[in-house]
Amino acid sequence: MIQFIQNLIDAVALGSIYALVALGVGLLFGILRLINFAHGDYITIGAYALIVPSADVTARLLIGDWPWPVLIPTICLIVVIAALLTDAAVFRPLRRATSPTLMIASFAVSYIIQNGVLMAYGSRPKSVDLWSGANSQVFIGDLRVPMLQLITLAVTLVLMVAVTLFLRRTSYGIQMRAAAEDFRMAQYLGVRGNVVIGIAFALSGILAGVVSLLYTTQSGSLSHVMGVPLALFAFVAVVVGGMGSLVGAVVGGFVIGITVTMLQAYLPPDLRAFRDAFAFAFVILVLLVRPAGIIPSRSTFERV
Amino acid sequence: MIQPYVEPQARTIDRSRTNAATLEVEGLSVLFQGLAAISDVSLTVNRHEVFGLIGPNGAGKTTLVNCLTGFQRPTSGRILLGGDDTSGWPAARFRERGVARTFQAGRLFKDMSVSENVEVTGTGLGLGLRSAREHARALLDWVGLSDKAQLPAGALAYTDQRRLGIARSLVLSPAFILLDEPAAGMSDAECEDLNELVAAIPQLFTCGVLLIEHNMRVVMGISHRIHVLDGGKTIAEGTPEEIQRHEAVLAAYLGMDA
Repeated sequence: MIQFIQNLIDAVALGSIYALVALGVGLLFGILRLINFAHGDYITIGAYALIVPSADVTARLLIGDWPWPVLIPTICLIVVIAALLTDAAVFRPLRRATSPTLMIASFAVSYIIQNGVLMAYGSRPKSVDLWSGANSQVFIGDLRVPMLQLITLAVTLVLMVAVTLFLRRTSYGIQMRAAAEDFRMAQYLGVRGNVVIGIAFALSGILAGVVSLLYTTQSGSLSHVMGVPLALFAFVAVVVGGMGSLVGAVVGGFVIGITVTMLQAYLPPDLRAFRDAFAFAFVILVLLVRPAGIIPSRSTFERV
Repeated sequence: MIQPYVEPQARTIDRSRTNAATLEVEGLSVLFQGLAAISDVSLTVNRHEVFGLIGPNGAGKTTLVNCLTGFQRPTSGRILLGGDDTSGWPAARFRERGVARTFQAGRLFKDMSVSENVEVTGTGLGLGLRSAREHARALLDWVGLSDKAQLPAGALAYTDQRRLGIARSLVLSPAFILLDEPAAGMSDAECEDLNELVAAIPQLFTCGVLLIEHNMRVVMGISHRIHVLDGGKTIAEGTPEEIQRHEAVLAAYLGMDA
């Protein structure tokens, strides 16, 4: 039983990372119908911004050495700027393009960022020591819980409440939701399209910045492709949750994270190497039962 | 009974940009791949009247409304709002300058609450969220949806969705409101209620109404003047009494032999 609860905590912690990434991807998909595969590379940018640019194996912390009340907003700001730049340079000229075109453009952005990182920092993975104290264990009864998992859960909860409040209680939030349902109608009613899209990119940048910090603290290493699997799992989470539904993206993120962790824990050892194959088989199963996702969005499917 | 409408005292936006007294169409034509949807139509809507626009299916009524709100570019001819040429205006500019509309399909934000549907318009037009809410509350009271303000718009009955569309378009009292078949699919009793609501708009909101409608009872009952289109061309314009006796109208619209 203790072992199961231990696994469950691991599962929920990984799920909340995926949920945060999926929320970032889902926000942009809602408004732009853009599946942004470069979202994972925003996370990479946030992580690499912590260290001094050089091709050395051992990374020297730059921003990573700053006290956390300065570090966190700085990293988020850097990622937000990167996200807004990709919008201005690539996605804005493609505003009238179709969804597939936008997705392919996001692949291009993704490769450009990866190769940019490669040029500045070299190709070898680097180890970094960010907030290693957070990896200490806390005992709750017989449970040993890494402090970082508790922090991850708390941060996820706070960010989700914050995004929800923003979308429901502010005028830009309401305008964003309107634009996500019917962009042209919202524009007719006076909603400024580029403003709400910019806000969506900024929000998604903040989420990516936070994930880059949580992920780097946990893994202790950096690589120019570190964001790729995150973006892939987040994309799957968005599809499983229901394209166009933010609650769906979050639920999908948790479902994927929990599935992967539980498979890792309970598959027979011989089969563990195929964990992801089992995870994606489960995804296919979910989609066979609910083709529109776990929580389908009303607007996405009516419009087609 | 229609409730009185009291516009909230909260900060509103500058009204000088929405004080046009007339909405004029001059020699308007729209071609779709060479086919004329509208040919050489001219009409003028005044701010204090209900102006009916009728015609059989395919007569070009919705195309005309699309032109009048920037959703469709005319092939030739002009649209003047308070004497200003509107050529090249995007839809948002029309709304900002006081030409609001509803849609046959509703085009509500179905996942958002009834109240939020109205609030979006207020914030889009420059109100803060708090005043946008007060305007929304006042308008929803007036159309009789205040008890459903927190429901998702997609959960409303068909007739209530029409009322919400009207409430949404009346935010900040536009100069003109274009209603695209608001009574379609309504029962006689529901039409009566709607009639009362629409007929009260010019006085309460100092707003001209362009009413597209198939339902003769609605159009004849509340329009001051009626314009009849058939096959994209004007065939008559006059008071409801004149239109009801007009031979070309009877032939084209009611399918009678003149």
